[in-house]
Amino acid sequence: MLNPDVVGRTYKGANSFTVTQESITQFALAIGEPNISVAPPTFSISISLAESQSLLQESGLDWTRVVHGDQRFEIHRPLVAGDSILCSSTIETARVVAGNEIVTVRSDLFAGAEIVISSWSTLVVRA
Amino acid sequence: MTFEVGQQLAPHTFLINRAKLIAYANASGDQNPIHQDEAFAKSVGLENVIAHGMFTMALAGRYVSELAGGSEKVRDFSARFTKPVVVPADLDVELILSAKVSAVDDGLVKIDLTAICAETKVLGMAKATFLA
Repeated sequence: MLNPDVVGRTYKGANSFTVTQESITQFALAIGEPNISVAPPTFSISISLAESQSLLQESGLDWTRVVHGDQRFEIHRPLVAGDSILCSSTIETARVVAGNEIVTVRSDLFAGAEIVISSWSTLVVRA
Repeated sequence: MTFEVGQQLAPHTFLINRAKLIAYANASGDQNPIHQDEAFAKSVGLENVIAHGMFTMALAGRYVSELAGGSEKVRDFSARFTKPVVVPADLDVELILSAKVSAVDDGLVKIDLTAICAETKVLGMAKATFLA
């Protein structure tokens, strides 16, 4: 169970993540996307979900029982090689439905002061 | 390309197999064994290896990028993971993406997406917005 005190809190990621051309190319190749000049629309999940995982595990959630419920990306501009990204994560809601815990995490990806992408992941912890 | 409300957009079929799941796991960092290891997947009650929900969404994202005329035009993209995409060994599983224009407003095109695998909708409430 998630500690209810963490709901509504925002956690600034401690480490920045540098987007490399190699990581964009590898992701694009994996989905058959020929354009590698910008990151594909869902590329940022690899940054945001890793941050959410460490945050939620620290907050007492059992990651091995987590299923991805839904996902949204609000993209102000695509990520490009050379971006240095800090991820700020907020646990927006946590509720229990039919014994399953449902947690929504918002991830804001910053390049300096600029928000590049905001994303929301709803995670279901199976009872 | 011009877009009109109600317009049905050309569908695209993607093939998913085990090798592609491994490539996606390596590209995304999601190495959960339910997406690679059949024995493990069955041990946790799944029918077989299943695709990462985010892989299905990434393929839908590629479809949106194609419709938009480039990834850089995509502004909003959301989906619910309603059913798993089951990927047996040595098989190419078909994922059929289609879309319909729901709004054209202020330089933005909004579409509703449908993703079908084995005659079942695998994404729910799938929507995207891109620059016209």
